[in-house]
Amino acid sequence: MKKLRIQLNNVSVNYGKIHALKRLYFSIEEGDYIGIIGPNGGGKTTLIKAILGLIKPNEGTIDYCGQTLKKSQIRMGYAPQITDINRNFPITVGEVVLTGRLNKKIIPFFKYSEADYKIVDEVLETVGLIGLKNRQINELSGGEFQKMIIARALTLEPDILLLDEPTAMVDVMSQRQIFTLIKKLSKNMTILLITHHVQMISKQVKKLIYLDRNIIAEGDPNQVYQYAYIRPVHQNIKRQAKGSSKTNV
Amino acid sequence: MFRAIFEYEFIQNAFLATIIASIVGGLVGVIIVEKKMVMMTGGIAHTSYGGVGLSYLLGFQPIIGAFLFSITAALGIGAINNSKNGSKDIIIAMFWSLGMALGILFIGLTPGYPPLVTTYLFGNILTVTRLDLILMMVLTMIILSVIFIFYQDWKAHLFDQQFTKIMNKKTKFLENVLLILLALTVVVLIRVVGIILVIALLSIPASASSYLTSKLHLRMIYSMIFSFIFIFTGLVVSYYTEISSGAVIVFAGVILYFVTKFLSQHIEKKRAK
Repeated sequence: MKKLRIQLNNVSVNYGKIHALKRLYFSIEEGDYIGIIGPNGGGKTTLIKAILGLIKPNEGTIDYCGQTLKKSQIRMGYAPQITDINRNFPITVGEVVLTGRLNKKIIPFFKYSEADYKIVDEVLETVGLIGLKNRQINELSGGEFQKMIIARALTLEPDILLLDEPTAMVDVMSQRQIFTLIKKLSKNMTILLITHHVQMISKQVKKLIYLDRNIIAEGDPNQVYQYAYIRPVHQNIKRQAKGSSKTNV
Repeated sequence: MFRAIFEYEFIQNAFLATIIASIVGGLVGVIIVEKKMVMMTGGIAHTSYGGVGLSYLLGFQPIIGAFLFSITAALGIGAINNSKNGSKDIIIAMFWSLGMALGILFIGLTPGYPPLVTTYLFGNILTVTRLDLILMMVLTMIILSVIFIFYQDWKAHLFDQQFTKIMNKKTKFLENVLLILLALTVVVLIRVVGIILVIALLSIPASASSYLTSKLHLRMIYSMIFSFIFIFTGLVVSYYTEISSGAVIVFAGVILYFVTKFLSQHIEKKRAK
């Protein structure tokens, strides 16, 4: 397969009258570890869903190694926000992760192979959940659940891993563990990560993007972080100071 | 009662209908509850009343009319829902009331004395005929085959439909098949509990079984056992008192649901101590 390259050209996505993404140009190259930050409703999840082919852009195209998504055969692993998943579904950790090995065709009497079970064990070992393999998912903590969802994405043996707020609704200890895990994975995998934990992510990603329907800032993580969060706070303080001096006069 | 099973054909029919309805209701009920499709199933069931009315007007078997309207409703609700051109709740409500309205309209247009439709609205297991039974058996075989043959696909699809879509699975196809299965289940259960009470038989045993186990296949088995208990209770009470079986089944179901819930919570509290 060609070297991984996903290119978004002038992509716009609308939900009715609301613009989620507006004329976005963006590319991901093999080996990238990109962090995406931005306000709620800024189009972060929409961007990932558009890349995955779950949402069709109203305008523009997405190019996968010079081809369409289906023809490119790029394997994409996706860990959605855990709030999107039924956490009370009667299923074990091992069974959830195993679904990543399901054949893409609908095959009668489908049975997983020995190799599938082996991959599941390896992946569970990687994310540190092997001991919870037979545990029902409603017995997991937020952090464990999130790791299970990442593990499921990994069983696809993806070329790129797309993570949508993997540390949301997770305690601080688990946040650290998950970021450490993602950092470890980033050594051998292309990763696109959405998060609100800017300080944690800015220490480990190669590139940070501030997205608010379009790319507002991108590049060096520290500079983007400064631009997106520190500068507006300073400006706000200055504005407030000016306002107070005026009232004093 | 037990001697009657061997003596009277209508009791034999009722007993066989109990077994069939328990299997289908228990199995599909778990899917409906987990996929949060209870209200959608209610919409499909009530739309089938239009088919019952049409069959009286045109003079064919009411269960065939219910079958046709259920399938149309299931695929119609599914198609409109997929197009995202409206709220799911409103679409279900429209089909729900339109079906009932059409039923009333067709029955009103039927010449002569109005037919007795209460057995279709509230169900009466003692009036199940051999023809009903054959149709119920055929539909049950179809439902069971589709679920068991593609069990792994259903499991993944029910847990996280979005993920199966990313895997390039034909999720729309699976969703449409699921809707057709719901429609077939409704048809199987109409003669037992009636159009109005179908959702009770599909949701109560499945919900009660969720208090006993966290495993999908065991939940399905417990749900079938619960369904059998409810329907058999309805059959026995209906046989001796001539009260509508549907009402007794739902009544027994609600009581057993709360008993199961109370007992499971009580046991859990004891374990926690």
